[in-house]
Amino acid sequence: MFNRPDEEIIHIELEEITKLTDAIFTKYGYDFGNYAVSSFKRRILMVLKKYGLKSIDKLIQKILFEPSFFEQFVLDITVNTTEMFRDPTFYKALKQQVIPILATKPEFNVWHAACSTGEEVISLAILLDQEGILNKAKIYATDINHVVLQKAASAAFPVRNLDFYHENYAKTEFPGQLSDYYTIENGMMQFDKRLIQNVKFKHHDLARDVHFYKFDLILCRNVMIYFNQELQNRVFELLHNSLFMNGFLCLGAKESLIWCKIADKFETVNSHEKIFRKIKS
Amino acid sequence: MNFESILKNKKFEAIVIGGSAGSFTVITQILAELPQPFVLPIFMCLHRLKDKREGFKEALEIKSKIKIEEPDDKTLIQQNIAYLAPANYHMLIENKKMISLATTELVQFSRPSIDVMFESAADVYRDKLLAILLSGANKDGADGMRTIKERGGFTIIQDLNTCSMITMPEAALKITHIDLQLKPNQIPDFLRTLNHLILNEVL
Ligand SMILES: C[S@@+](CC[C@H](N)C(=O)[O-])C[C@H]1O[C@@H](n2cnc3c(N)ncnc32)[C@H](O)[C@@H]1O
Repeated sequence: MFNRPDEEIIHIELEEITKLTDAIFTKYGYDFGNYAVSSFKRRILMVLKKYGLKSIDKLIQKILFEPSFFEQFVLDITVNTTEMFRDPTFYKALKQQVIPILATKPEFNVWHAACSTGEEVISLAILLDQEGILNKAKIYATDINHVVLQKAASAAFPVRNLDFYHENYAKTEFPGQLSDYYTIENGMMQFDKRLIQNVKFKHHDLARDVHFYKFDLILCRNVMIYFNQELQNRVFELLHNSLFMNGFLCLGAKESLIWCKIADKFETVNSHEKIFRKIKS
Repeated sequence: MNFESILKNKKFEAIVIGGSAGSFTVITQILAELPQPFVLPIFMCLHRLKDKREGFKEALEIKSKIKIEEPDDKTLIQQNIAYLAPANYHMLIENKKMISLATTELVQFSRPSIDVMFESAADVYRDKLLAILLSGANKDGADGMRTIKERGGFTIIQDLNTCSMITMPEAALKITHIDLQLKPNQIPDFLRTLNHLILNEVL
């Protein structure tokens, strides 16, 4: 016979999630109603555990009456995991299939939508620099989360990831060493600020805000997996509107646009690396 | 064991399988002996090396009777396919129609984690879920089995005497009710009976 552990499992129902996201939307205007329930539920459970809250109702109370707690809550539930040169083969493909086309332009615009702490921004900047086209780029890096944006703007990452990032870099087979681009300062890999000279870090909520510029290249990686299909469709519209004709859209390794409503407005450049190109307006 | 009487009145809609160290041959055998067509979707979470992206699916596919797919996010769920959690992603069941992926933190030192997949499947399928936990050297999957049981699902572990690593199924056995312990060669029999019953709408 088994021993039931003392700790109860909290089971969350769909209606409770809706109650919570409605409350947040009404009070703060953040729209979590269309986040993918399966992973959102897990985040909520994690938050309940972290703060010793026994029910969704308790959580709603706290969110409504403590704005500072809400800020922390947003940090807790959004997933910020990122890496330098995440999916090294993706960067290789960028170099081979996208960079040569950008290089022909007198100038071009890049958008990192949901950039998190900026590892992706620096990674691409390094590639652009090596190709001698960094100075032609105007780059926007946006996120819903102010805290990660601030970190991103410092271009410094914890040294504990150093070996891992070096490994990723080696897999890209780009020239030289990653260490050509940073120095160690206060336990951080401090990257050359020159890399983010042309980068504007800006708050932007993909679920709520409209398009603000036109781009030749958009990286929107590993954020839409946290959205449900309805919101994904809306975001694809937004990204489509934000691209110049023939502009490139890059998704995360396991994201796809084949199920989205406007899939036919893109052509596939690299199906394995999830690189697409706008072919219809 | 009379599987038919055990399966009576159980209207299963999906199967989840978790495994870790020592489960590869067992899962291969299960896949090799699946009846055709197999009417329920199968979701598998099997631990493996972090950056071993390629090769694992292919290795499983060699003998498998049904297609194995490492799904992209929001993949539509189909019958006669075994979905394998991709390396470095948690695989969650979003609803009865689709799969979601996530790169949230490791659970029980694992990503993909069996707990994550099992718990999301339990939320969606409730008492229509069949869960199988195989050999493994850590405790991933135990909490998931408990959630599945509390949500009314049916829980099977690999017979401890046949496990090359018992930690995983044993951890489940310690914290929740396990409906059946099956030897590797009994699992295909069980699934065949299940499939047969559904196809003949005896259930
Ligand atoms: C997993 S990170 C991805 C970072 C990077 N693009 C990568 O692939 O490594 C996801 C980021 O999406 C952000 N995010 C979540 N919801 C968002 C929204 N509605 N609008 C903009 N950013 C959002 C989170 O704050 C987080 O920084």
